[in-house]
Amino acid sequence: MAGGLVPGAMLGSAVAQDRPASTVMPPELTAWVVIEPDDTVVIRVARSDMGQGVFTSLPMLVAEELECDWARVRPEYAPPAEHLARKRIWGNMVTTDSVSVRTSQDYLRMAGAQARTMLLSEAAARWGCSIEECSAKNGVVTHIPTRRRLRYGALAEAAGRRPVPADVVLKPSRDWQLIGTSVRQFDTQAKVTGKLIYAIDVRLPGMLHAAVSACPALNGKLKSYDATQVMLLPGVRQVVPVGDAAVAVVATTWWQAKTALEALQLTWDESAGAGLSTDAIRKTLQQGLNATDVAIGQRIGDVDSAMASAARVLRADYEVPYLAHATMEPQTCTAHVTDGRAEVWAPTQNGEGTVAAVAQTLGIDPSKVVVHKCHLGGGFGRRGLSQDWAHQAVLIAKAVGQPVKMIWTRQEDITHDYYRPMVIARLSAGFDADGKLMAWKARVCGSSIAARLAPQWMRNGQDIGMMNGFLKADMLYDLPNFEVSYAMRNNAVPVGFWRGVNYSQNSFFRECFLDEMAHESGHDPYRFRRQLLARAPRSLAVLDEAARRANWGRAPAGRHQGIAVVEFDDAVCAQVVELSVDADGVVKVHRVICVLDPVHVVHPDAVIAQMEGCILQGIGAVLTGDITIKDGRVEQTNFHDYPLLRMNEVPRIETYLIPSGGDPAARWGGVGESGLPPLAPAMINAVFAATGQRIRTLPLRQHKLRPA
Amino acid sequence: MIELAVNGKMHRFEGDPATPLLWLLRDEVGLMGTRFGCGAGLCGCCTVHVGKDAVRSCITPVSGLAGASITTIEGLGAKGLHPLQSAWIEHAVPQCGYCQSGQIMQAAALLQANPRPSEAEIDGAMSGNLCRCGTYPRIRVAIQQVAMGKVPGRIEAPVSTRKKAGRP
Repeated sequence: MAGGLVPGAMLGSAVAQDRPASTVMPPELTAWVVIEPDDTVVIRVARSDMGQGVFTSLPMLVAEELECDWARVRPEYAPPAEHLARKRIWGNMVTTDSVSVRTSQDYLRMAGAQARTMLLSEAAARWGCSIEECSAKNGVVTHIPTRRRLRYGALAEAAGRRPVPADVVLKPSRDWQLIGTSVRQFDTQAKVTGKLIYAIDVRLPGMLHAAVSACPALNGKLKSYDATQVMLLPGVRQVVPVGDAAVAVVATTWWQAKTALEALQLTWDESAGAGLSTDAIRKTLQQGLNATDVAIGQRIGDVDSAMASAARVLRADYEVPYLAHATMEPQTCTAHVTDGRAEVWAPTQNGEGTVAAVAQTLGIDPSKVVVHKCHLGGGFGRRGLSQDWAHQAVLIAKAVGQPVKMIWTRQEDITHDYYRPMVIARLSAGFDADGKLMAWKARVCGSSIAARLAPQWMRNGQDIGMMNGFLKADMLYDLPNFEVSYAMRNNAVPVGFWRGVNYSQNSFFRECFLDEMAHESGHDPYRFRRQLLARAPRSLAVLDEAARRANWGRAPAGRHQGIAVVEFDDAVCAQVVELSVDADGVVKVHRVICVLDPVHVVHPDAVIAQMEGCILQGIGAVLTGDITIKDGRVEQTNFHDYPLLRMNEVPRIETYLIPSGGDPAARWGGVGESGLPPLAPAMINAVFAATGQRIRTLPLRQHKLRPA
Repeated sequence: MIELAVNGKMHRFEGDPATPLLWLLRDEVGLMGTRFGCGAGLCGCCTVHVGKDAVRSCITPVSGLAGASITTIEGLGAKGLHPLQSAWIEHAVPQCGYCQSGQIMQAAALLQANPRPSEAEIDGAMSGNLCRCGTYPRIRVAIQQVAMGKVPGRIEAPVSTRKKAGRP
């Protein structure tokens, strides 16, 4: 533990805590693998685990090729500071966009094969034989002709001095033994006994606690405060401004800090938020529906000519609200800043990003920053590129000079998020006299996430990602004429990456409007999609399997079905939602069928869990998810007015994985988010089947439903 | 000064009696397994037992707890894992895991009061505990398994191999 702040005993073995790899004895086999004399296999994990299970699935990829004893594997986070010092030896640490497995599977399997080869070479050298006479299995190298054996633990130190082989041959997928099995995840027992240390649980000698409040109006400023009275309250040590928009009270315990913060006399400058409201934003976005300053995401044929010659034109406007992430662990970060150095304990989806944010905030070199990654109490995109919590924590810690743990209240968390953008869409479709689809045009309008958090992703000032789900790579419908465009209308509301980023709203627009098109042209929604997917075999297979498993078209009496299929991150997911609407208009979701083709599956049960999580987050968003703005302030503050789905609203979920497989070098699908985008349209299409009402704005609770 | 028992051990608290039990547990006693979620009794992350009752420790002032006996997640399985903890492992319930201490404490109180709850009773008792990851279906099944006596209170082997793909 760098800095000597945290005795190992305090954090315990259950902690997903890093340690400086260079001081580990014995030395590394490779940067990814350390094997101790007792055969313990330490496998480094560069991405972050926020519940999706990469602390297990990424080591599985290494171990598959390493041929170690899986029961002896112990994962640990690769430390971001050392990562930078070693020229980013562990590759990309970012854990967003469902990238962990699909973009690191190749070099992780390679790392396992390299380490295995080094162990084999060392054994062969000791026995004076060729490497071909040796086999590696279950943590032991065997000399096949003589049956002599050497444990990995006895070979590792010497093997680590051998060159890392550049050319190793990886197993074909049919030979995988570990990949594709649902081994027990490493931290499950620590999670059910309360022993896992999240960032919010970190305790350091001499540590103080901070409660923080930013201006309640978005982008507002702290004008003034008077700390005289609260400094007299028990435990209060310091009141510190945090940048120009927030103030923190630092005390012995967090409750003391929070109580004092509520009593603090202060004034805000809320002028930046004057006039900002959901209604005002909606008016701005609606103007974008007819604007000409747009980015074109995809164009097929000549949509305007086709539309002009259409016998009938269907047009509809859709809208989704802002959504908060609401991770169960509120934003938190612990920091110790002294003498131009910073040590930070962070619930980060992006270890390098935290280093960079801390260095930038403090104006110090990144080499002076040590970030300890902790497992996250939920992420969902909140803790990746948006590092506001790290920024605040180190500012507070710098002012205090002692270790400080900052914890946001839930109110602070809900009112100062980087929200899923409010987006509106105008969709139009032209049909010929026979009802055949001739043209489809989509316009989306909302705040750009890239403009807010990743300007380096902008191309010619435009954010093409805002059209995800309508682009060539991710909309596989065979259309004669099509165009999607995006009118960027940025405002003061911070927007960010919310699980399913951009697909979450665009799939709702796309797949609900597709249902409208099917209805308009007299087709069954499932068969209408089938026709358009004739040249997309993977999508078709997933759609067909969902329909088959759901017994499509034959829902039990009183229940109604809706269907949707979405291509996302090289995965394809189709869902059928079965629901009923009672006489009072209350929706009950009874059953969700989910079929996923993720190409390859490392840990089936973790993938199924991701689908369950996506579906339930999706249902909650459809039913009640709504962040609204008034007078520059977010109106919702806690779970009473930003409700999440509860146990009594949970349907039966059936997930079927149908990995299409193929050459592992070709492509892998993402699984952390791909179950979310199809849910809203499948559910809203089922609401149409139940009521005949086309719901085009979310959440559902603003609508009065009437069973048909 | 208030005296109370936490997991069978007496503690004295001389701070502000309005302090919620949660912050006594976390910042004074140093038991970090009980978690902060909302501060308003709306999410259940902070659920502990006071006597046999599941309570939201984030809104329970210490002032009313003189002489009380508190059980936290750390004290639940005093002799190895509680059957619910074993069931949680068996069914791979946790995702991020943050809310699970509260979920398990709530479920334990339910089963103590009603050892054979119906599905509706489980839903009723558990609907005050939020899980953003969406582990509810597995929580429900795990509780049912314990209620049916199918999960012994034992520590599991480190590795289990489950069916390769597909569910159910």
